[in-house]
Order: sequence, then C-alpha cells, then structure tokens
Amino acid sequence: MTVVRTRTPGAVAMAAPALLLFGLFGIVPLLGVLVLSLADWDGLGTPGWAGLANWSTVLSDAGTWDALWLTLRVMVVSWLVQTPIALALGLFQAAPGRIRSLLAVLWFLPLLLSAVAIGLAWQALLDPTFGIGATPGLHWLARPLLGDPDLALYTVIFVIAWQFIPFHALLYQAGLRQIPVTLYEAAAIDGAGPRDRFWRITLPQLRYTIVTSTTLMLVGSLTYFDLIFVLSGGTGGPGTATRVLPLAMYITGFQAHDMGRASAIATILVLAGLALSLATTKWSGFTRMSSQQEGA
Amino acid sequence: MTINTATALRVRTSTGTPRALAPVGTVLRRAGTAGATLLWSALVAVPLYWVVITSLKERAGFLTTSPLAPPASATVANYRTVLAGGFGTYLLNSAIVTVAAVAGTVAVSLMAAFVIARGTSRWSRWYFRLFLLGLAIPLQAVIIPVYLLIIRLHLYDSLLAIVLPAAAFAVPITVMILVSFLRDVPDALFEAMRMDGAGDWRQLWSLALPLVRPALVTVVVYNGLQVWNGFLFPLILTQSNERAVLPLALTLYRGQFGIDVPATMAAVVLSTAPILVLFIVARRQLIAGLTAGFSK
Repeated sequence: MTVVRTRTPGAVAMAAPALLLFGLFGIVPLLGVLVLSLADWDGLGTPGWAGLANWSTVLSDAGTWDALWLTLRVMVVSWLVQTPIALALGLFQAAPGRIRSLLAVLWFLPLLLSAVAIGLAWQALLDPTFGIGATPGLHWLARPLLGDPDLALYTVIFVIAWQFIPFHALLYQAGLRQIPVTLYEAAAIDGAGPRDRFWRITLPQLRYTIVTSTTLMLVGSLTYFDLIFVLSGGTGGPGTATRVLPLAMYITGFQAHDMGRASAIATILVLAGLALSLATTKWSGFTRMSSQQEGA
Repeated sequence: MTINTATALRVRTSTGTPRALAPVGTVLRRAGTAGATLLWSALVAVPLYWVVITSLKERAGFLTTSPLAPPASATVANYRTVLAGGFGTYLLNSAIVTVAAVAGTVAVSLMAAFVIARGTSRWSRWYFRLFLLGLAIPLQAVIIPVYLLIIRLHLYDSLLAIVLPAAAFAVPITVMILVSFLRDVPDALFEAMRMDGAGDWRQLWSLALPLVRPALVTVVVYNGLQVWNGFLFPLILTQSNERAVLPLALTLYRGQFGIDVPATMAAVVLSTAPILVLFIVARRQLIAGLTAGFSK
C-alpha cells in the first residue's frame, strides 16, 4: 500500500529548519570551499580573487602529495589492522556468557574518551623517559615511538586502532547477533567444524557489516585530525612524518594563514570523501530506502 | 535460504576430521582465545590504569617511581590543581554546548525525518538524498568556509559558534536513524489519524514522537558523545579561555602544566568522568546508539 502525499504547508514548515541548518553549515561550506580555493585570504581581512594560483601552488607542492600519500597509507594500514581484530573481538563479544559481557564493557571504554584525552594519555605513556618503557622488563618500549620519523606514523595508526576498534567490534557484534541460529544448527547436524562454519556461514552473512565497517573506516581515515594533532603536538611531525591531509590543511590555513591554499587542500579532501562514499554506499545499504524489516 | 543447503552439502562431503582429534583442536582453540582475550584486555586496561594511578602521584615522585606501580601515598593534589584551574567553566561550557546542539539536532531532524518517511513524492526523496550526501562530508574539509561564515555572523568566540555547526553536522546521521525507525511504522496508523482530521503537526506530535522514543534516546546519546568529545569546531571557532570546552581545555592544561604529567592525567580523568557516569547510567542505550545507525 503506497500513500501518495502532496506537499502540505505543515510538511514544508517541518522540512525547512533541518534544511536551513544543514544547508547553511553543510552544503554552503561545501560549495564555499571550492570558491575559497580560488581566493586569496589570510583569514582575517576580506578574501580577494586569486584565480588558479592556489591550485597551481598546491598541486606543484611535494608536501601536498606527501600528505595525500600518508593519508592513503594510514587508510590502508588502519583497515588491515582494525578489521581482523574488530571481527575477532566481535565474535567473542557476540557469544553469550558473563565473562564475555564483562570484558566487552572493559573493551568499550576507549570509545568513550575524547580523541584529545586519548592523545594526551598515549603521548605521555609512550614517552621514552617516564612512560611505559621505564617499567622493568618493558625497556624495549623505551624508544622515541612518536619522535622517530620512521616509527611515528605506525604509532599513530596503533593509537587510532586503539580508539576505533571498539566501535567496529560493536558493529560486528551487532551483525553477528542477526545471523539466524538455524544456519549454524543445520551446519552442526551436517558435521561442519568451527572453521567451516566461520568461512561458509559467518563471513558471508556478515557481508553488509563488513562493507559498512569498511566504508566508515575509509571515509573516517580522511578525518583523522584530533588524535594526530595532539599526538604530534599540532605539527604533524616529527618533520612531516604524520602530516596527513586534514593536518596539512589546518597548518596551511590556520598557522601559515593561507586560507586559499588550505581550501584547495580541503577540496581534495572533499573529492576523496565523495569518491569513496559513492563507490561504497552502493553496497553499504545506506541508500536502501524501504524498511529493512520487510522480507528479511 | 539457498546458501544454507549448499553449505550443508559441501560441509558434509569435506569434513574428514577423526573424532578423537577434535578435543585437542578445541583445547588449542580455547587457549588461543584466552591468550588473545588477555592480550587485548591488557592493551585496553593498562593505559587506563596508568592514567588513573599517574593522576594520583605526586609530581616530584612521579619520575622516580616505576610507571605501573601504584603511588606509595596517593594524593588528590593534582585534582585540586585542575579544579582550581577553571575546570568548572569548561565543564559548564561543554554541558551548554552539548545540550543545545543535541536538542537542536534532534528537533529539526525529527521533523525532517517525519516528512521524509511519510512523503513519497520525488521532492522528499531528493530531500533525503541531500542528507545522505551529508554523511560523506568530512568536518575538516569544510571548516574554512564555516570559519568565514561564523566570523561574518559575528559569532566567532561564542558558544553558539560551536553549537550551530555541531548541530548541523549531526543532522544527517540523526535523520537517517529516525527515518529508518519511522519507515517501520505502518502507514495505516497515520492514515487513521488523518481520517480523524489530524494534520501533519498533530501526527508528528501524537503518533510519530511516541513511536520513535527508543530511537530518540539512541540519537541523543550518540550525538551527545560526539559533541561532548568534539575538538575541531572549538579549536577553530573559539579563542578565549572563558569559552573553552573540555577537549580544548585539555590542551590548554597541557600547555599550562608543561611536564606536569600527573596534573595532565588528572585533567584527562576529570574530563572523562561525566561520560563514565553517563555510561554507567545508560550503558544499553549508549551501545544501541552507537550501532543503530549502521547495522540495522
């Protein structure tokens, strides 16, 4: 039964506030960033016209490509690290049991902390002189994990994983609980071992969860800012070892006061985000318009 | 379920493990699970434990004690330092920003979701697509135009400067969650109300609102956590100490305390405390909230 509804004055009035709020601070800035990328603005005075100057500077700057490359590395490595661990934790949490649910509560805690709190805590904890490496037996950790250009990026990826794995484990837990038990019962009757059950039932049944979690991780990788900002003391350092795109944009715009160039970097970020989303939303189920309870 | 029979058939022909070996495999699997469980628990618990015990150590003795050893004599001096350093103001700012942004988001999103879920016209479908697009916009990417907008609106360095964009960027996910809830409400219920002469506003207030109450709790908790922990908007849109919210205040504390790690950790603990209280009170809703939008 479909009900065809015409626009009523009430509906228009109801739709307007969200449109206004989101339009003003979401859609207008989305176009604004493109316009500002053609402007010359120090962040204080009035923006002037710059034409394509910002773009030619940004595109010919090796720093931009480094930042893009770093962002892609963080994206890929984070996915590779987070997905198997989150899936394993999700599997553990989804099964019934008192100890399991108690551990799940503990594992959930990093999700509650702000990125700034996590960044400050890990920065101190990883300090080579007074951090965890000063513990007897853990001296192998007493190295400048955040100060060494070769190690800093992986340390950052580790802390990102620490912060976000609980969320993805939660997604997997929820996905796992929706797999019909009858599938496993049928498999058990037929003598399927745990490995068969995992590869032939669990993984295929989790496909939407995997796509959703992957989408969120990939798009999320473009937005890692707070944590890296704090861990690197606002520099994306040492040197530019952790200067991912959002950080490069912030530094160009709000520290070097070149909003035009920063807007060009931001536009690259928007394009990357849109491309990633368009490529993945198709499969993620975000656009399924009808109720998902029907015919499940 | 076609997968079911196919899987069952394949499993039956491929399982050749002798029965006597199964317990050994089970034991190994259990040991592996226990080991991995322990390792992850340590990874989560040790940093949290370290933050708490460090916050209770004296600044002078901190560098000489083993990092993981509890303080010889616990002190709350660090907490006094933090509380004396304007913590009340920051807490109040965070509370005002969070309550205002969440209330605004939920109010406008509920109206929008009602229009989207009830309307079947092309117009309402485009309206929904607009918010789906919004899910892909990274905050970081549009921060420069938002900054310009906030300056032009003469809102820079006010709490409203954080509230408006934070609320706007919470709208897409909130609309999505509420729409997926409202779609499950049978059309007949709304039809019946309409027959009785109820207009859009009355249907929203008397029917939709009570029905989506569980989803409302979810979006309030989810958005609340996001806004409370948000860092980028406060960092860029406010300036003065009196307007700082907690995550921003944490970085101010660090600047102020310098190498005083115990005081910084006390600030981390205090900034997290309100969320922990919320977690204890509303754990179920919080967990439901974090997964609802993505794994329905």
